[in-house]
Amino acid sequence: MKVQSAMFYFPEEVIEHIFSFLTHHPDRNTVSTVCKAWYKIERLSRREVFVGNCYAIRPDRAAARFPGLRSLTLKGKPHFADFDLVPPDWGGLAGPWIEAMARSCPNLEELRMKRMVVSDESLELLAHAFPNFKALVLVSCEGFSTDGLAAVARSCKSLRELDLQENEIEDRGPRWLNSFPDMCTSLVSLNFACLKGEVNLKSLERLVCRSPNLKCLRLNRAVPVETLAKIMNQCPNLEDLGTGSLLADQFSEAYVSLISALQKCKKLRCLSGFWDASPLCLLAVYPICANLTGLNLSYAPTVQGQDFINLIQHCVKLLRLWVLDSVGDKGLAVVASACKELQELRVFPSDLFAAGPATVTEEGLVAISTGCPKLNSLLYFCHSMTNSALITVSKNCPNFTRFRLCILEPRKPDPATNEPLDEGFGAVVKTCKNLRRFSISGLLTDQVFYYIGKYAKALEMLSIAFAGDTDQGMTYVLNGCKNLRKLEIRDCPFGDGALLADVTKYETMRSLWMSSCDISLRGCKALATKMPSLNVEIINEWEAEMEENLNNGVAEVISNNNNKHINNGNDERKVEKLYVYRTVGGPRTDAPDFVWTL
Amino acid sequence: MSVETERSSTESDVSGLDYEETALTLGIPGGARATGAELERKRGFSRTVDLTSRIGASEDRSDESPDTNTAGSAKAPAPKARVVGWPPVRNYRKNALKSSNKYVKVAVDGAPYLRKVDLEAYGGYEELLSALQEMFSCFTIRNYPNEERKLVDPIHGTEYVPTYEDKDGDWMLVGDVPWKMFVDACKRLRLMKSSEATNLGLILLLLNSLLFELERRSSACFIIIFFSLSFLFV
Repeated sequence: MKVQSAMFYFPEEVIEHIFSFLTHHPDRNTVSTVCKAWYKIERLSRREVFVGNCYAIRPDRAAARFPGLRSLTLKGKPHFADFDLVPPDWGGLAGPWIEAMARSCPNLEELRMKRMVVSDESLELLAHAFPNFKALVLVSCEGFSTDGLAAVARSCKSLRELDLQENEIEDRGPRWLNSFPDMCTSLVSLNFACLKGEVNLKSLERLVCRSPNLKCLRLNRAVPVETLAKIMNQCPNLEDLGTGSLLADQFSEAYVSLISALQKCKKLRCLSGFWDASPLCLLAVYPICANLTGLNLSYAPTVQGQDFINLIQHCVKLLRLWVLDSVGDKGLAVVASACKELQELRVFPSDLFAAGPATVTEEGLVAISTGCPKLNSLLYFCHSMTNSALITVSKNCPNFTRFRLCILEPRKPDPATNEPLDEGFGAVVKTCKNLRRFSISGLLTDQVFYYIGKYAKALEMLSIAFAGDTDQGMTYVLNGCKNLRKLEIRDCPFGDGALLADVTKYETMRSLWMSSCDISLRGCKALATKMPSLNVEIINEWEAEMEENLNNGVAEVISNNNNKHINNGNDERKVEKLYVYRTVGGPRTDAPDFVWTL
Repeated sequence: MSVETERSSTESDVSGLDYEETALTLGIPGGARATGAELERKRGFSRTVDLTSRIGASEDRSDESPDTNTAGSAKAPAPKARVVGWPPVRNYRKNALKSSNKYVKVAVDGAPYLRKVDLEAYGGYEELLSALQEMFSCFTIRNYPNEERKLVDPIHGTEYVPTYEDKDGDWMLVGDVPWKMFVDACKRLRLMKSSEATNLGLILLLLNSLLFELERRSSACFIIIFFSLSFLFV
């Protein structure tokens, strides 16, 4: 009795201290649901928040709940937006979030965003609203220009990290680099590899000179070897380098100074860039290969054949490797023999339409799995795959947590047996108990989904394209994968039956995407009616159809009222794109005309 | 196929669609025609592409629908059908690996040497003009209300008009056509002193309105006048 009542007088500071050991945000989410006292303590002491879907909660509400927020991570558009399946102007605006944070969380230090639309005005606001702002990470974002970057550089006095990965940035000239004030010496990480235009080289050199803490520097293609050499002489403590253009003359001063500069960088562990790399410049890199843990050659189509082999055979400590398929099965065989510690491999297609001869095949993958048993993360684009290869791979590498295989031609069967690839992918889910992310391709029937539902208990994200026969396929997955968070499907014959098979399941998931499937407006409306806690959004081209009819004088003037479209009778119309997600924020207020929330 | 038929289809295409849609806008706001022309422009473009790639082709093209035109003028042989968003590779990566670097010479009237710019490096006219401004660092960009863009040398006050030579060898004003179309068509750039450009503009304006008038008259008459005027212009 006494012990029980003592619990109620546990001082808040002690509980807060205990909570500080909980860094994993799902754990923190869980403790906040125990009781009101714990909810309050947790929310006031929370420093990091991760919002996997920016429309799952209103920005104001998130900001109000966590006033002490220091680090915010946001994800916007659905994953398939990366592949042009989401029309522009869909949403994912960063503005409302930055504004809400500016009002309620002035101590914000870090902002990480993925697939969001950020404007220059928002970046201006960011630069002025948060005096302690330290880190900005933008991945696959768009909507801003180098002017926005200049604002951040100029006004964020203690900026440590500016990391721009694969964004679409409007280039308004090289002057943004000059905006870093002379007294800014705090930079630890700078990545502008995705900028397409020129860079002010002198400014860059000066900036590097006054940044003694610089550990990560990723340059863009416009930076020549001369500048690279100068920069590297200035920062021998660099751990992560993305080169600019690696074109140099054998007898040039630039080349010689590059070699000596590289040799001084004893701490270099990660290399990327290699734009237009000449074999000669690769020679300069050999001395540091033995210590490399990360290597990204996926933007270097010039590094192939013997050049690649000569380079990779030195990289004995490599953990992560990203390459193009132009290295071929032969190149992958060398990787398998040299890189025994390899954990992550990504092989990207150099020829997007499989028009040329096959470059990597199942042989390359089998070789890798044989030589690199520690492999746990794979992204592999290839022309073809066999069931027996997949079975071998899963036997050799039972530790896969991420397995993504993309066979370039949709619905392609096993070329050896002409059968679907159900057994091969089935073997992967059976053996890899820790599989969290899975993408499948090639000819697949409902059987593969039966296996996934039965064995992939740890699965969190599943991507399916051009697969399955009937509604049963999708139903297997919804019923069987207990930990499923994201399901994205395109061009599969799943209809209303599958969609409505287990509607409460969607409340346990972050989101569902279905495009070019067999679902109708009636099915989507039914889902929306049954599950008010979900936003059921359809993206449709009917608007464009109506407008064309209007121009041809067929249709009358339409009112702007969406309800008129939705309720004008024909519920049997097929829905082209469906996006369903759980939310506490209600229907979107910023949805464009072509997005209808049912 | 007779020369006559080819010429008449060329004429109807040129005067019917291309000419109006890509007509120079010197001093003439195109606002009134904008909305109707918007949709037409897409089809007009596909016909233009078809025109430039298949001059001299034997069949009568005037009946074909815009869709088959664009499909036919696609560059890659592509025996397999292209599916949207497949293979699943981010646009950024697709664009980064495109080996197309479109370097064109840039000449500035009065400068002793030329420069080169990579048109593929820019996303639009704004970026290109900024880059030109940086390159020939004595200029600033001045925007005129009718959306013409000019580069100005602040020291001497001379204005430069950005022009380009297209695939047909004609000198055009930068900024009239969609960006992608411009990148495809541009062979070289020239920053022309504004005074010269005005003359050029006036002559082309004259040409434009004359041809518009002549459209209704016989094709032979149109050809004669067109050639004589172009001698004047050259």
